[in-house]
Amino acid sequence: MNGYEKTGVLSLNDIRVPSENQLRKGVAIIECVQEIPCNPCAAICPVNAISMKDINSIPIVDFDKCTGCGKCVSICPGLAIFVVKTVDNSKALVTLPYEFLPIPKTGDKVKALNRWGEICGDAEVVRVNMLGKTTVVTIRVDKKLAMEVRNIRV
Amino acid sequence: MRITRHPILEFDRGRKILFYFNDKKVEGFEGESIASALHASGVRVLSYSLRYHRPRGFFCGIGKCSSCFMTVDGVPNVRTCITPIRENMRVRRQDGGVGELSDKRFAARKKMVVDDEIVVVGGGPAGMMAALAAAKQGASVTLIDENHRVGGQLIKQTHKFFGSLEEKAGKRGIEIAEELMKQINSVPGIHLILSTTVVGCYNNNTEDGGDRYRLVAVRRFMDGDQLLDVFCKRIVFACGAMENMLAFPGNDLPGVYGAGGVQTLMNVYGVRPGDRVLMVGAGNVGLIVSYQLLQAGVEVDRVVEVLPRITGYHVHAAKLRRCGVPIYTSHSIKEAYGSDRVEGAVVVEVDKNYAPVSGTEENVSCDTICLAVGLTPSVRLLEQMGVKTEFIPEAGGYVAVHDQSMQTSLNGVYVAGDASGIEEASTAMIEGQLAGVSAAASLGYDRGANELISRCRNALRIFRSGPFGEIPRRGKEKIAYLFDKMGKKIWGDSEL
Repeated sequence: MNGYEKTGVLSLNDIRVPSENQLRKGVAIIECVQEIPCNPCAAICPVNAISMKDINSIPIVDFDKCTGCGKCVSICPGLAIFVVKTVDNSKALVTLPYEFLPIPKTGDKVKALNRWGEICGDAEVVRVNMLGKTTVVTIRVDKKLAMEVRNIRV
Repeated sequence: MRITRHPILEFDRGRKILFYFNDKKVEGFEGESIASALHASGVRVLSYSLRYHRPRGFFCGIGKCSSCFMTVDGVPNVRTCITPIRENMRVRRQDGGVGELSDKRFAARKKMVVDDEIVVVGGGPAGMMAALAAAKQGASVTLIDENHRVGGQLIKQTHKFFGSLEEKAGKRGIEIAEELMKQINSVPGIHLILSTTVVGCYNNNTEDGGDRYRLVAVRRFMDGDQLLDVFCKRIVFACGAMENMLAFPGNDLPGVYGAGGVQTLMNVYGVRPGDRVLMVGAGNVGLIVSYQLLQAGVEVDRVVEVLPRITGYHVHAAKLRRCGVPIYTSHSIKEAYGSDRVEGAVVVEVDKNYAPVSGTEENVSCDTICLAVGLTPSVRLLEQMGVKTEFIPEAGGYVAVHDQSMQTSLNGVYVAGDASGIEEASTAMIEGQLAGVSAAASLGYDRGANELISRCRNALRIFRSGPFGEIPRRGKEKIAYLFDKMGKKIWGDSEL
């Protein structure tokens, strides 16, 4: 049994981590590790960067092809896709789906939460996209939190 | 208790309506159920049990159980969870005796006779798709549902569905329901009969010996009920399923609700079930409803799951965990306590044989306990007709043995959706389509029927081919095996 089957929380060993270079241009991190019959991410990707053998396969992102556009973030029914982009030596942008109220505004200071729901740092909201009912929020956090932050508390 | 702002839903409440609860004036909104209006007014005790006069609240919220029975305008045992409120209605708690039903309720109206080619019982995802598919083939269809609108349980599914993009994936259940309702209203050949419960089914009961079935149904009107005598050549049963109960002390306290019942209350009527919830079960229903509780502004203390692992999709669990809700695997509820409503619960760790480990008890402070411990297919009408049923654990209990076209052991009688084995709304829609096209095709309608049938079968095969499809797949394999073993039809003689 995998650890996440007991905890509901992935570790970095469960997901593919992009290289420094790939992170600099911004790429989609898909935290979908089980074979479930679902394919909207692969179907919507404008550059065919997400591959799936069949509808039950685990989606694999080609980090070199991925442009970090974030179309998959809002379509994913499992809210399991994030875009991570490092901006300089100390900061990173994390784009995540957010389905709660209040909807944050650009410039808001919010708390950054990790996969366990624990506060792991501060974040600043830099972009808010309303696509359907799933709001897609981009926050700026410390670079070392880029692969930890997966939620915010407004 | 009323939700005013919600990230996904907008509650377009109708005009205010005043009615009476035990002679006290209570307010509600047009279109909502009695149970919902009472809950919003703080009334959780809906009745007292027959023998021990224990307080009882609602449980399933969708008209499948007897937990919300009340006396309404003098009529006892009214399912208040599916009965809309109306002005000056008199609602009373039942305590012990159930009262007498006046014949006037029926005598007021002449019975109505319906005669159609195909009757679909149940207007959820499977039933709607069955009716649409059959009508699109050219057949004339009557769709009967006991609620005052179609949509079944889709109308409370605020999360986005999985699946392929072509098959509506990425859309929320509520959006799919709306789309299908529009189609039901626009496709010619579908006659909709709502607020009507099918109470009896008989096979080939006609004097002329024709191949017709007969159903008896009761239609609820404001001023009384009407009996419906329904004749048809083909029936599709898409009656869904009901939520399972779990045995523990205090499980009948008001505040112990089915997870689906809670979903109806908060997502259909916009009423919070309570302030703090203990969720029992970490399958997809438990995980999804927990997340939706958070969206409705309700605290979720924790999720307990008796198995050593989370059985729902990891992505659903991850959504909850990153909001800070803990999931305790190998844990279960030991008891619920409270005087006339839930005031808390005791949870306990279980060992590998699922026996409680003493000394691990922990108190959980909550006013609501949600049970998400599986569903049981609704097969009572099928059984009444004499359709062969078998106990298939993988399918959730007794299900009608059926063939690849969803036809049961009786010729012309079809089944689809959860009633044919517990699965997802996505597969229910495909099965419904399969049953609807097959029923129409057996009457000679053919607008690309064969191609559609093979497309549906293929879609079902793909859906069930992954690891999460394994249990339903095994269930369906057993059903297919039993159907083959049965050999020829119990009744009738036409070929499959």
